[in-house]
Amino acid sequence: MRIVTARRISQMFFFLIFLWFCMVATLGERWWQLRGWPVNWLIQLDPLVGLGTLLATGTLYAGLLWGLLTMVLTILLGRFFCGWLCPFGTLHQVVGWLANLGRRASAMIAVNRYRRGQKVKYILLVFLLGAAAGDLISRLLGVPFQTPYLAAAIVVAFLLMGTVVHFTKTIPGVRWVTGVTVVAIGWVVLSLFTNGSRLLAASLQTGLLDPIPLFCRSVNLTLLPLVDGRLVSISAASRLYPGTFAIGAIFWAAVFLNLLIPRFYCRFVCPLGALFGVLGKNALWRVGQKADGCTACGACDRSCEGGCEPSSVIRTPECVLCMNCLADCRHDVMGYHLHASAAGEVTVPDISKRELLAALAAGVTAVPLVRLAGITGDAWNPDVIRPPGSLPEEAFLQRCIKCGQCMRVCPTNVIHPTALQAGIEGIWTPMLNFRMGTSGCQHGCIACGNLCPTAAIRPISIDERLGKGNFESGGPIRIGMAFVDRGRCLPWAMDRPCIVCQENCPVSPKAIFTRDEYRPVRLGGDIRLQGMQGNRLLIEGPVLPSGQFATGDYFVALDSRHGLPPARITDIGASGVTLADNPFTAAAGKGDRINLLVRLQLPYVDPARCIGCGVCEHECPVKGRRAIRVTAENETRERRHRLLL
Amino acid sequence: MAAAGALGIGFYDGKAPAILSDATETIKIPDFSIAEMSGKICIARGTAQGLDRAGTVRQAFDALGGMKAFVKPGERVLLKVNAAFASPPALGATSHPDLVAAVIRMCLAAGASRVIVTDNPINDPASCFALTGIDAAARLAGAEVVIPRGSLFQRFSVSGGRLIRDWPVLYAPLARVDRIIGMAPVKDHHRSGASMTLKNWYGLLGGRRNIFHQDIHTIIQELAMMIKPTVVVLDGTQSMMSNGPTGGSLSDLKPTGTLIVSTDPVAADAAGATLLDRTAADLPFIAKAESVGAGTADYRSLYLKEIQAS
Repeated sequence: MRIVTARRISQMFFFLIFLWFCMVATLGERWWQLRGWPVNWLIQLDPLVGLGTLLATGTLYAGLLWGLLTMVLTILLGRFFCGWLCPFGTLHQVVGWLANLGRRASAMIAVNRYRRGQKVKYILLVFLLGAAAGDLISRLLGVPFQTPYLAAAIVVAFLLMGTVVHFTKTIPGVRWVTGVTVVAIGWVVLSLFTNGSRLLAASLQTGLLDPIPLFCRSVNLTLLPLVDGRLVSISAASRLYPGTFAIGAIFWAAVFLNLLIPRFYCRFVCPLGALFGVLGKNALWRVGQKADGCTACGACDRSCEGGCEPSSVIRTPECVLCMNCLADCRHDVMGYHLHASAAGEVTVPDISKRELLAALAAGVTAVPLVRLAGITGDAWNPDVIRPPGSLPEEAFLQRCIKCGQCMRVCPTNVIHPTALQAGIEGIWTPMLNFRMGTSGCQHGCIACGNLCPTAAIRPISIDERLGKGNFESGGPIRIGMAFVDRGRCLPWAMDRPCIVCQENCPVSPKAIFTRDEYRPVRLGGDIRLQGMQGNRLLIEGPVLPSGQFATGDYFVALDSRHGLPPARITDIGASGVTLADNPFTAAAGKGDRINLLVRLQLPYVDPARCIGCGVCEHECPVKGRRAIRVTAENETRERRHRLLL
Repeated sequence: MAAAGALGIGFYDGKAPAILSDATETIKIPDFSIAEMSGKICIARGTAQGLDRAGTVRQAFDALGGMKAFVKPGERVLLKVNAAFASPPALGATSHPDLVAAVIRMCLAAGASRVIVTDNPINDPASCFALTGIDAAARLAGAEVVIPRGSLFQRFSVSGGRLIRDWPVLYAPLARVDRIIGMAPVKDHHRSGASMTLKNWYGLLGGRRNIFHQDIHTIIQELAMMIKPTVVVLDGTQSMMSNGPTGGSLSDLKPTGTLIVSTDPVAADAAGATLLDRTAADLPFIAKAESVGAGTADYRSLYLKEIQAS
């Protein structure tokens, strides 16, 4: 079998299992639903997810260890992931191939040449890792203050090392000492300015451009909902995701850029490819020419997917191991072997130290700049309700890769991507929107946390969520709290009985309780008593339509000075008003004023019980802006948002 | 030029589009009751544990002549269960899967050609049917479970009704059955007073049905006008005394060891009210349903069998 055939089979396999895993990440027990399928496997194989969270949090969560395998293989083999595995790369390769069908060889060689712009991906990688490293850098900068002796020891060690090197290799000692001194002073000065800074923090933004989370998000949120229909039903409920237009637009832009240059995204943008380029630059096996036989025909450049120019000095970090050059070479010169290309190779990405440092500094400082908005602090947005089990906001932003798995698996379609509600760094992170979906956040569901590949949403148990068993003392997980909008609520504002919110509150005892109130009904005039016959009152005054007032919710009462309870109306007819029972027999006389009252159950929220599940908001019959709405107030994940004593 | 002109004239619209035309199509929901069986009720009281729902419901049906008195060979039967909430069966907020399975088996044994189980729940439908255990139990017993989706609803008006006018109703399963059996647990309900077999028909409504809570007793009355069931099964093995209709805690339940099978849903609810320590007079919807001829609140005046389930 030709090696390119093997590559195509591999690509097809991983592309299909990627789509399959996206599709089956839906709650249910059928074989085509989430039932033990390793739906996060490709995300876990992506080492940028692991590296990013490791930099940001200092830990490597569970399955992300798979990334290590990819890294080791890349160090040995080069960018095999890009050419053989990455489903996003496969998509680009296919689109690029279609776009270039029938083009002349010279045009193909021109379009597949190396471009300086390919270094942009390295800059993006360093920028994103810089943003993720804020916490680590903050700790390093803290060393001179917290443990000055350690800092001094490090400086002295470097100076001594310089002395040794000076005597053995005769490097200019003065320059070494000056260099170390300048760095040490810079260190101390910077630490002075950043000591205790709340703004210098880690923010994981790799997911914006990391191809696996990007593709996963695009498929989950913008493609699967479009194909989901009556014929093929692949979601628990029909999916809607407000704010996904930008996600789709970026996805399709990446796809259509292949019409300009094949694998545009891989060559110019992909930070994961950049990481592989750096890791695999000295790979044991690499693509290159044999010592002789090359006629400089240039055929090997024709279908080069990486734009690495194998015909001349090959740029190893750009090579995606597509192996097209091996197939295209008519003289059997190209090979994949242990020695460098006979025509020479460039193993260093085409990027200067200065550009690297600038990108790193920009990444590190971008986060404090964003945090100036205070959105992780006092300016937090109460509309951003995170899924149950979510970490505190800052820790959450150190882990969430915006892959959309939680949004895909949510059985009620209540988890949606944010636009700018959580700030610019929170873009496309999950938030709950109770106006949408089939229900609120269901009480007995813990799917999102158990699917989250980075534990931005912790894998909680039902017991932990409900505050039962071992979690009794901590109480249930609250994601927010409901507030009644008395200006919009039917009973509060409009004298109409309702309490759908109370009915649907799933907590026991209910977090929504009611207080009864009898309110006078607005009528055109006074009602006067004419006489009584048992439970029937004969009255005069405005007409009382039976359909409106004999519903079981309307009562009549005498003036409060009589101290008699209101009596329920059971019927209204030509012969008068029939009551369920008549307590007025003794007290009332002809001509007395009768009050028509509506009995209202007014809803209240008990903050000690409400868990913020939003079922009340979802069910509220005031459908536009709901009359009961949940905000992140009193959520358990942020102690600072606590409401009660 | 001529073609363009013809097209232009062809598509010419002198008037603005009319506002939504009234749905003129008239669908009818048949009367599923059996005349000779009318006014029959059996109240089965259980043993101390009283948890053998399958055995109790069989004995209750037997006391009224067995399931074959209600379901004839070849007939298709719809079980309108209560699957309103995504909560486990132990919490008693939904129809118990054991009971659903038992009734399905009895229908099939009586010769039913097909048994369909449905409800339009409040929480996410798929989650509700899965977590309540109804989905698995019903399939195992040989029934078809219909999880509602938009295409199964049709606009319907109750003749003589005021609220259910041109309203989406879960019509597709109703249209392909000969018999309908209503199955509901006995539950507290803060707004209406109690949720039993009459309130259970709420689960056939679609759309923004929550707005009917403004006039809860009238909507229950109209539901009683809309559905004339073959028979209803009211499960008071345990009753949800408080915190209804969702419950959420075992402490909301009380063992009341009673199961009612009735061809008269009003009578069933009137009898069931006593399990909640309420009376029929406390529940305005019972008198309202009675007033439109949906049944008799005075269940003792009917053909009443009271049995002790063994």
